[in-house]
Amino acid sequence: MNFKTQREKFRSKSISAKEAVQETIKRAKTDKLNIFINCFESEALSKAEHIDNNFAKFKDQPLSGVPIAHKDIFCTKDLITTCGSRMLKDFKPPYDSTVIDNCNNAGSIMIAKTNMDEFAMGSSNETSFFGPVSNPWSENLVPGGSSGGSAACVAADITCISTGTDTGGSIRQPAALCGITGMKPTYGLVSRWGMIAFCSSMDQAGPFSKDAFGCAALLDAMASYDLKDSTCSKRKKICYEKSLNDNLGNLKIGVIKNIEDLGIHKNILNSYETSKTVLQGLGHELKEIDFSELSSGICSYYVIAPAECSSNLSRFDGVKFGHRSAKQKDISELYMQTRSEGFGDEVKKRILIGTHVLSAGFYDAYYLKAQKVRRNIKNKFEEIFKDVDLIFMPTTLDQAFEKNRESSDPNRMYKEDLLTIPANLAGLPAISFPNGLKNNLPTGGQLVGNYFSESLLLNITNKIQEVTDWHKMTP
Amino acid sequence: MAQNDTLVKGWQPVIGLEVHVQLLTNTKLFSPARNNFGEDANTLVDLIDMGLPGVLPVMNEEAMRQGIKFGLATSAKIAKTMIFDRKNYFYPDLPKGYQITQLHFPIVRDGIVDVDGKKIRIHQAHLEEDAGKSMHDQYDSKSTIDLNRSGVPLLEIVSEPDIRSAAEAVNYLKKIHQIITYLDISDGNMSQGSMRCDANVSIMRPDSKEFGTRAEIKNINSFKFVEKAINFEVKRQIKCLEGGETVEQETRLYDSTKDETRSMRTKEFANDYRYFPCPDLVPINISSELIKDISNNMDELPEEKEQRFRKVYKLDDYEAKVICAERQTANFFEEVSKNCDPKLSAKWIIGEVNALLNKNNISLGNSKITPDNFSSLMAKINDGTISGKIAKEVLEEIWSTGKNAEKIIKSKGLEQISDEAELESITQSVLDNNSRQVEAYKSGKDKLFGFFVGQVMKETQGKANPKSINEILKRLLSG
Repeated sequence: MNFKTQREKFRSKSISAKEAVQETIKRAKTDKLNIFINCFESEALSKAEHIDNNFAKFKDQPLSGVPIAHKDIFCTKDLITTCGSRMLKDFKPPYDSTVIDNCNNAGSIMIAKTNMDEFAMGSSNETSFFGPVSNPWSENLVPGGSSGGSAACVAADITCISTGTDTGGSIRQPAALCGITGMKPTYGLVSRWGMIAFCSSMDQAGPFSKDAFGCAALLDAMASYDLKDSTCSKRKKICYEKSLNDNLGNLKIGVIKNIEDLGIHKNILNSYETSKTVLQGLGHELKEIDFSELSSGICSYYVIAPAECSSNLSRFDGVKFGHRSAKQKDISELYMQTRSEGFGDEVKKRILIGTHVLSAGFYDAYYLKAQKVRRNIKNKFEEIFKDVDLIFMPTTLDQAFEKNRESSDPNRMYKEDLLTIPANLAGLPAISFPNGLKNNLPTGGQLVGNYFSESLLLNITNKIQEVTDWHKMTP
Repeated sequence: MAQNDTLVKGWQPVIGLEVHVQLLTNTKLFSPARNNFGEDANTLVDLIDMGLPGVLPVMNEEAMRQGIKFGLATSAKIAKTMIFDRKNYFYPDLPKGYQITQLHFPIVRDGIVDVDGKKIRIHQAHLEEDAGKSMHDQYDSKSTIDLNRSGVPLLEIVSEPDIRSAAEAVNYLKKIHQIITYLDISDGNMSQGSMRCDANVSIMRPDSKEFGTRAEIKNINSFKFVEKAINFEVKRQIKCLEGGETVEQETRLYDSTKDETRSMRTKEFANDYRYFPCPDLVPINISSELIKDISNNMDELPEEKEQRFRKVYKLDDYEAKVICAERQTANFFEEVSKNCDPKLSAKWIIGEVNALLNKNNISLGNSKITPDNFSSLMAKINDGTISGKIAKEVLEEIWSTGKNAEKIIKSKGLEQISDEAELESITQSVLDNNSRQVEAYKSGKDKLFGFFVGQVMKETQGKANPKSINEILKRLLSG
């Protein structure tokens, strides 16, 4: 059931919020893909009753009566929030993140927290302490990451919307691999308060749904100016759902010259070409643009993100909250044992890299250089957006891949984010939508827009989905 | 001060101070928790101060205003854009594993402080958050942490190595203390840790062009200890160099009970703090309008007050300087001078009041002397009710009871005896009882005049008006 239908059933009182939750939980209980870390059945039922009892108040809210699953990176008051890590296996935050708060106020009911790569570090959902998530299209395959659980949850039709976070592609890549729609908004549109930080200068929360309509409604709920986040931008609130009806006119859409040289699989290129003709069919003009800087983004990202993560994760030291090792004689052993036991290999690797690139004698060569590359990419985007309204490219280099593929070749895993990372470095919004089925597996196309062009991105995706059926395909 | 004055055994000490000042603000630097001292452990702690996963800092503009005030007071450059950085290190009372501070783009740089006519340059002053407090003495095998101090706003004031002696360091510190208390930037209470000091100390030969290797001395929490710690360290370094050893670049801790500094960690074990710009806080622009607004509403600086006191109250340089050394003294003086002779009040404040404060080691604000009871005392001196000698006695009574001078004088019967007839009869009886001395006086021993005055004073328990006694004695003795 898509989002629009689900919400309409509640609004027209054909089902109650409670019934919607009961149905959803029934589906969640049959999950064999390891999508959830914790389910909150009784809390969800009492929240649903509350909404039913206050029908008038919630009826016109953007997410009224709709069950939702949240990535386990958002703090939920008194409910375990693990971030996919042993470190926080039993951690109950004393507060709600702004995203959770906003979604609650918008009338959605959280039924569970979804599985994810540990501290959002990974592109396959295999670094989770709670085990990997399977791709709903094929159990041998990964759903992508880091928001793999949230993407799989929607793709497997358990909920019609879910939240994710995207630091280097963690919404768009799993959306592409699972055949759903997912958006990373402009940095600063959605508050980061209560979202456990990985790379603070790039982390951004966003919506998953089957289609642009669901994403628009969920983004309406998620986006808010928040005094508790200094990087949050103060802007006039836009209703994304309403703006889907706006007339787009004829847009100029940039397509990257020689993109096939980046090592993109022919299935992906094939879908890409097809969706280009759809865009043209909608009356938009395609314009070739030069973006040779694109691939340098990955080097910059894998310096800056680990640098920030090494600092952000320092607070997990066994002193105040989270895991504390039993094997400790003094404070330095407490630190070492706690962090050795609490973090998985991928997280440790990134902490080590991050610590190294910030160290005296290496800072200029790595961190500062990476910031320069980042600025170059940002400038390049700005230049391109003087010329075109949007940029269109594939979301990923390839389709969903097999589990355990990457342990032997970490660089290949990092390269997975080649096409998604540039938007994070520049802080730009981008949306991934299903644009084909090859070998019975979905492919994803990605539109990148200028700052705060979410309504444009959602609108054009919605227009594409009005004339295509890719978003309706189910495993 | 000539440079030679500061040499120690032919060596020139070179000193730079890093002064940490806790700012007077309602809330902490990055959280809405209250900023206060002396409350129950862990009662002033917000989620942000605990460094919980997912929390974010939001800068307190009050703290920024305090920093700007300090910049204005020291004729410094105030940043157009300031940037917060993270200083990364592990410590149990540092909940996030990093301290948010300012490294490359501090709020204030290039200031000047005038210390007894010498200009000492301030390299920079930056905003940062304080850490919590670890305590190791409450349980046998456990340490405890109080996070009330975690996130309290600090201004770290870093001087250039312009200071040349321990005494000069103390004077510089006193000057900083004066500025921050005058402007309500901080309460400057060193015993409560609102003002703390680290000293960078090195020595060199007077003709040398290069500074020696410096040691950083941490944990100096009183004016007295600053002087002692630096003096100890200078002597230690001299001994080192003269004994053919080298001074190591290291961090040393001052132990006030043993009056010595000892090594904490050497350079090779120094932390690599891995500073980088804090991504949770955007660069903050400081507008010239804001600076103007703060400047227009800023309290008077010490020098300005001194100047005004010289002009309005006719104080001399010395009096103005001493009266204005501390803002509460200056305010006290000004309050008292509304009703009393300023010169008389100044004399008494500088002399007797300061003596009592020093003797009892408390501040004026914490004593029982108030502008009210002090004014009453001044009035009684002025109108001749009591003599200076009696006034001292009354002041001591005010000191211990806080009572009004008039009440004290009445209840103790201390009014000066100015009644001519009464005084004459007392004087006459003194002369009658000392006829031998009267004879001697009359035969030329002038010095005995003082003896008669003393005897009359003794008879009247000091209450006789000295002026009247002089006149009466002269008249009776010449008769």
